[in-house]
Amino acid sequence: MSATPSREAAIPRQSAGWSATLSHARHVIGENPVTGFSFGLLALLIFLAMFGPLLAPFDPLASDTAAALQAPTARHLFGTDQLGRDIFSRVIVATRLDMAIAIFSVALVFVVGGLAGIAAGFFGGWTDRIVGRIGDTIMAFPLFVLAMGIVAALGNTVTNIIIATAIINFPLYARIARTEASIRRDAGYVMAARLTGNSDLRIALTTIMPNILPLMMVQMSLTMGYAILNAAGLSFIGLGVRPPTPEWGIMVAEGAGSIISGEWWIALFPGLALMVAVFCFNLIGDGLRDIVDPSRRT
Amino acid sequence: MLKLLFDRLLTTIPALIGVIVVSFLLTRVLPGDTAAYFAGPAATPQAIEQVRKQLGLDRPLPEQFEHYVLDLAKGNLGQSLTTGQPVLSDIKARLPASAELTLFGLILALLIAVPLGVAAAVKQGSTLDHACRAIATAGVSLPVFFTGLLLVYFFYFILQWSPAPLGRLDVFASAPNEVTGFYLIDSLIARDGETFRASLAQILLPGITLAIFSLAPIARITRASMLSVLSSEFVRTARASGLSARMVVVTYAFRNAMLPVVTTLGMVFSFLLGANVLVEKVFAWPGIGSYAVEALIASDFAPVQGFVLTMAILYIVLNLLIDIAYRLIDPRMRSAT
Amino acid sequence: MSAVPLLDISGLTVEFATRRGVVTAIQRVDISVAKGETVGIVGESGSGKSVTSYAVMRILDRAGRVAEGSIAFSGLDLTHAPESELRDLRGREMSMIFQNPRAALNPIRKVGHQIEDVLRQHARAGSGDAREKAIEALLQVRIQRPEERYDAYPFELSGGMCQRVVIALALACRPELLIADEPTTGLDVTTQKAVMDLLVDLTRDRGMSTILITHDLGLAAAYCDKVIVMEKGRVVETAAARDIFTRPAHPYTRKLMRATPRPGITLRDLLPEGEASPLPPPTSGDKTPLLKVENLVKEYPRPDQRNPIARFMPGGKAGAPGPFRAVDGISFEVARGESVGLVGESGCGKSTTSMMVMRLLDKTSGQIMFNGQDIGALAARDFARHPLRSKIQMVFQDPTDSLNPRYTAARAIMDPLYRLGGQSSSGTARARCEELARLVGLPADLLDRFPHQLSGGQKARVGIARAIALEPELVILDEPTAALDVSVQAVVLNLLADLKSTLGMSYLFVSHDLHVVQLLCDRVIVMNGGRIIEEGAASDVLERPQADYTRQLISAIPHPPV
Repeated sequence: MSATPSREAAIPRQSAGWSATLSHARHVIGENPVTGFSFGLLALLIFLAMFGPLLAPFDPLASDTAAALQAPTARHLFGTDQLGRDIFSRVIVATRLDMAIAIFSVALVFVVGGLAGIAAGFFGGWTDRIVGRIGDTIMAFPLFVLAMGIVAALGNTVTNIIIATAIINFPLYARIARTEASIRRDAGYVMAARLTGNSDLRIALTTIMPNILPLMMVQMSLTMGYAILNAAGLSFIGLGVRPPTPEWGIMVAEGAGSIISGEWWIALFPGLALMVAVFCFNLIGDGLRDIVDPSRRT
Repeated sequence: MLKLLFDRLLTTIPALIGVIVVSFLLTRVLPGDTAAYFAGPAATPQAIEQVRKQLGLDRPLPEQFEHYVLDLAKGNLGQSLTTGQPVLSDIKARLPASAELTLFGLILALLIAVPLGVAAAVKQGSTLDHACRAIATAGVSLPVFFTGLLLVYFFYFILQWSPAPLGRLDVFASAPNEVTGFYLIDSLIARDGETFRASLAQILLPGITLAIFSLAPIARITRASMLSVLSSEFVRTARASGLSARMVVVTYAFRNAMLPVVTTLGMVFSFLLGANVLVEKVFAWPGIGSYAVEALIASDFAPVQGFVLTMAILYIVLNLLIDIAYRLIDPRMRSAT
Repeated sequence: MSAVPLLDISGLTVEFATRRGVVTAIQRVDISVAKGETVGIVGESGSGKSVTSYAVMRILDRAGRVAEGSIAFSGLDLTHAPESELRDLRGREMSMIFQNPRAALNPIRKVGHQIEDVLRQHARAGSGDAREKAIEALLQVRIQRPEERYDAYPFELSGGMCQRVVIALALACRPELLIADEPTTGLDVTTQKAVMDLLVDLTRDRGMSTILITHDLGLAAAYCDKVIVMEKGRVVETAAARDIFTRPAHPYTRKLMRATPRPGITLRDLLPEGEASPLPPPTSGDKTPLLKVENLVKEYPRPDQRNPIARFMPGGKAGAPGPFRAVDGISFEVARGESVGLVGESGCGKSTTSMMVMRLLDKTSGQIMFNGQDIGALAARDFARHPLRSKIQMVFQDPTDSLNPRYTAARAIMDPLYRLGGQSSSGTARARCEELARLVGLPADLLDRFPHQLSGGQKARVGIARAIALEPELVILDEPTAALDVSVQAVVLNLLADLKSTLGMSYLFVSHDLHVVQLLCDRVIVMNGGRIIEEGAASDVLERPQADYTRQLISAIPHPPV
């Protein structure tokens, strides 16, 4: 019993169908220009990831010692680094790699963690215990530290960064999916689906999963930013991507030493790119959460 | 109360076993030659063979695991190739630096984030509230190593307010007598104001970097949980009974709102311990994070493994403390076990 | 009664700013409460009865505001009083108790301290005597061993006990006015009566005025001097309690009154005059048993037995009690074409029983014979694909919760047709679905809507259509109307009765409300503590109850004068 009509009106929307979700999405984006802006930013990032190498004015790997350590000019918009490489070109070209790491690792954990969590929440018993134990073990480590250990042990490659990032996100996805599935396991409509002759597997896939999906999408967007930060952090300390490959984290690392002597631009621009990308995903995540679950608006 | 502690200690055992098994797996069951890893990149075949024997890598896996656990029990984490010291003594020597920095950052973050989150929730929709939300979103988007570099550029290079970002004390100062290993506290114990100021000047920037990083999730969760508690029925009852605003916010709302915040601290610690590694690298802080990074670059695996284990065990202990704190605040959890 | 009322609300309009613009929650409401008077505000959900009371206490949400009108309390205009003055009034001069008592108490503060907080705030106690006075307040709401309860946390107390604490809190400073917002909703009927009696005794003794907000006309009739009926934010009728039932003036009041279940009426009497067709003749079932339950038992392990480590703990559980028996060896029958009511308070085992019969839950021991076959022997998880699955169906308690938010009404109704009905072409399934919709009185144009686009009554119809889609022989009704307003309940109950006579099904009706059960059922089984207390023809059990417990249950249900 709530005294506000507005809150009462919000309750049915939580359990809305897709069409209503869409119209609500339009409403939220219309009301919240920030979300609209962040979707625009996302489009730009995707565009750069696809066509970056074509757009870059210079070869990102070509060094030109004569032009080393130049502050931003009209020719080199973001300046040049110690080897005289054009930072603008390197920042643009790096978009693809950073986005790819984030997207692949999140997609991997979305599928594996999501399915494991739904199985754990819906079937309970041994499935639940095994998934829970794996999650707990991963969570027993500080996540970045575990990622360091995994990459150090598996070998210093981009694939291993993707795997490590997926592994450290596994408990989060599995837990969300598990909680949502176990709440819904006892919902009236799931019992009703049993009565109408649906097998457990069918219920899990056709009744539980579609109802959890929107929440998982929100999570995906929120962890995307974290995945980018994580990958950049790993390459900052020299794991994963190796020089001279352009990647934002490693470029910040390359510029770190020059900060003390005042060459700010080497670290600044890749750092800013990193920040903007993460910021964009976080904003989208917040916006999506408003759409999916208006009651949790913050 | 003692039973509670005992119960909770029991529940850490599976986590500890998990951590030990994972760290074992990371080193032994991986593609590639583990002995070559431990011997380092410059090792001769003979040296690799010697390491293999020394580590017992020529024996079956279960036996290796047994040796591994026994070594751990004895505190033997192997030798560092770079420093030539046992890993355990290296870590012991460097742990206080990391702990001091992490705690400094966390306390700073709590001091700012909790009041900010509470104020934002109480004055929902105000400028302060919008500011809190902006900080929360921006804070989680900042790569921690990048924040650190920006701070160094402004406060060291441009403004020259801060000393060079090189370690816990500048070269001219000497470390205080070790009591806790925390320079800030040890220098106070020694009543050495100058060392205190010097170490404070050094820890300020990295501490702020960490604080900015962990501030966002704490402020966010504080605000959200405060909002939900403020709209709860018992707060409405408290209001309807005419309790003063202060009483309602502090005694009724705040204490309840702290429960989710305490739970989130576990995650914040996870982030902090990770971010610590990056910050230590930026500020050349002589803690276990930079120790691990140096070892990584030199392909010196034993210190990395020791570091991962130490961090995991530290984190388990922190989670234990958080859990006990939670149970102390919430009477429902006290009798639930 | 004194000439000047204690509380005088006149022309009160409250608006809420929502994302869809300004919504008027209540409009030009006039209510006056004299000193010592008990006034009932009655209405269905959305009538604005709670908003009115929040406006009086000035604890409306941030989005709400008093747009017009005045609220005078002891001559003071509350709509313009400063917050500091209001704070002094709240708890001291007027207090409020809410629905859901457990949520109304601070979960991590001892209840004694919570009472002390109020006493101290209003300077009714100092640090020296606060504890003593709090214990006295607990004593006055008839809480046994108040010294011990003082140190209890809300989660350690039962729902009824929590509501007593909330009352103690509200009355601690001896206010002049008490607003009780659905104070007994969610409590069991026997607890409900105890709490209401206590409330009335205390307020009468002290000469307090009370506003009782409720959806239950019976409750208002039993306890109030004056009744105000609200509909859609407006007051439609104000009258003395004894008059409103004998001479209801407004059509809405008449409709509401008729829809309230009470002894000595038939189902059709619930519907508005002129709308009811004659009741179908009672189906003379052939009395062959359809369902036969024998010695059915369900045990659950006690919580501390689940943790294997706990057993080896110091202070071990050598003398631990056995597992908890939710259902303790019950036997009963349901004949073909018969309706049987399974009645009891929460925790009596009625729901567990129905879940086992439904084959959603495995029994511990005993037999469940359906058409002569022991379906209890089949594991619940395999029963989904059993041919008998289609013969036992269920209508759920909460129509919202029981519909998949991602399915349209049509898809929800067609799901059983596809899965168990052997339908594969969408054309024939759709035709059958439309036929079912007609049967349950659901307009065909609503079939393509999603649950959130339907009203509670419409959702209930979808749930019923789904349950009867496969022409089951036994339908279990699990409190099918508990989440509905009384006027909707009246319609749904009648629909169920009509369907039964058309389709010749048997019903097992699980409910806490004997009056409702009696309307629909031939026989009634009363359960308590996992056992059957009494069993017999519905009219016999209601009119001549044998067991003490049944008598208690019947007398506890408030109802309007017949």
